[in-house]
Amino acid sequence: MLLEVKNLSHNYDLESSVTDYSLQDINFMIERGQFVGLIGHTGSGKSTLVQTLNGLIKPTTGQIIIDDQDITKTKNLKEVRQKVGLVFQYPEHQLFEETVFADIAFGPKNLGLTEQEVEQRVKNALEVVNLDYETFKDRSPFKLSGGQQRRVAIAGVLAMEPEVLILDEPTAGLDPKTRQEIIAEIVNLQQKTSLTIILISHRMEEVARLADRILVLDEGKLVLDGTSAEVFQQQEFLQEIGLGVPQITEVLMKLKNKDNMIATDIFTIEEAKQEILKLMRG
Amino acid sequence: MPLIEIADLCYRYNQDQDWILKGVDLKVDSGEFVVIVGHNGSGKSTLAKMLNGLLVPDEGEVLVNGKATSREENIWEIRRQIGMVFQNPDNQLVANIVEEDIAFGPENLGLESAVIKKRVEEALEVVGMDKFRRNAPHNLSGGQKQRIAIAGILAMHPKCLVLDEPTAMLDPVGRKDVMTTVQELNQELGMAVVHITHFMTEALLADRIIVMDQGKIVLEGTPQEIFSQVDEIKKYHLDVPQLTELAFRLSQAGLDVSPDIFNVDELVEKLCYLKSKI
Repeated sequence: MLLEVKNLSHNYDLESSVTDYSLQDINFMIERGQFVGLIGHTGSGKSTLVQTLNGLIKPTTGQIIIDDQDITKTKNLKEVRQKVGLVFQYPEHQLFEETVFADIAFGPKNLGLTEQEVEQRVKNALEVVNLDYETFKDRSPFKLSGGQQRRVAIAGVLAMEPEVLILDEPTAGLDPKTRQEIIAEIVNLQQKTSLTIILISHRMEEVARLADRILVLDEGKLVLDGTSAEVFQQQEFLQEIGLGVPQITEVLMKLKNKDNMIATDIFTIEEAKQEILKLMRG
Repeated sequence: MPLIEIADLCYRYNQDQDWILKGVDLKVDSGEFVVIVGHNGSGKSTLAKMLNGLLVPDEGEVLVNGKATSREENIWEIRRQIGMVFQNPDNQLVANIVEEDIAFGPENLGLESAVIKKRVEEALEVVGMDKFRRNAPHNLSGGQKQRIAIAGILAMHPKCLVLDEPTAMLDPVGRKDVMTTVQELNQELGMAVVHITHFMTEALLADRIIVMDQGKIVLEGTPQEIFSQVDEIKKYHLDVPQLTELAFRLSQAGLDVSPDIFNVDELVEKLCYLKSKI
């Protein structure tokens, strides 16, 4: 077991509002190499949860056990943050160095690595996000396109070589082409390295297609935990809590409700097409 | 006379750089809802800034109500008529209290305070934010902030609202609220809307969709006309709603399904009907 969350609750301001919990009694475990989707409408506690996972927020109660160590008790938060890499929303807002190299090297340098090791990490990280090392290393991060800035920011977290990578809406605000490219880079990385990934996204079709498993938060509670197929069967419930299901799932489920023999655990258009053609051709 | 008329517009940010807009022709009529799509760098935001004279053409012209944006003396009248809302809600709000923020524009028009007050109230009501008049903008959600930004523009009584990716940074709920507001303005107040977006589901709301690529308009038509060309749209690196793509692929595979279906129930009913005939 890589990561275990036990009875986790968090209240930002216990003194003024005793009942106002942002997270309430959350329990789940994540195995090494899992690709987990985390969904929930705004204010459901997603961002609070992932910030507790890398020690940015100390939860009010509960345990977070990573590699047999309870990070809510540890003093060594530096180590926790190295193990659990968090890419924030709009991470490019946090670029600050004069060159791409310096920005990505900032974290690894603080780990006390040799210059050679740092350079190797920057190279590896840039390769993952498809930016050519020689072309980009000396450029100012502020003179790059939005998509390139986003990639540099992600590379900065990758260069820490975390065991768990958390991405909080990594493609928000990007155009479709860049979005698809960055998603492909993340998928590629996961397939090559079996890195454990937690992806927060508002795009149901994206989560459905990518994640092995989906966690659903509503008002600070973990209300669903299962595979894409299991979670998106709960269409009515998801709509009640301000989420939806991918359009193709909706089509397949409605066809099924009209007494058709059809699979509903399908999340790509090509497979949905085949399934519908099979139905139509009897 | 069209509200906005653009003829052979060319523009580049610097003499030694490539052209960003390469001969754009576009007309927007009063009350029309136009959506512009195109990937980053296609020139759509540059085009938006042309509409109210934030940028002026190097070649060609942009006319608002027949008046050229390139002439200094027209600019204030044009900016009053064409209001702009941008992507990041945090960069557009100026005051500490919602109603003061909305009053900022009308105050600069030199209106009487009773008139300003009335306009602020109307604008708040239209965007559904009247309950928040005394709130501080920074405590609002992204979607609420964008509606306040829109209200601030409305209080200027413009003829056209230009929105440059106003929903890009919002969550689904905020996005829906903003789009509902924009649709109401268009349908109930008859305000022209030019909406720039990456979300194709938003483009479905338009009277007309303009697709831009490399500084030119490459496709133009109703949502039906545009979305029945799925492969063509994908060529310009744009998204197609899952449902539209599914319908398109099914029709390609020989089913009698029209590719311009935008509604899940419609597709399901059509499929059930086709099946019953077998």
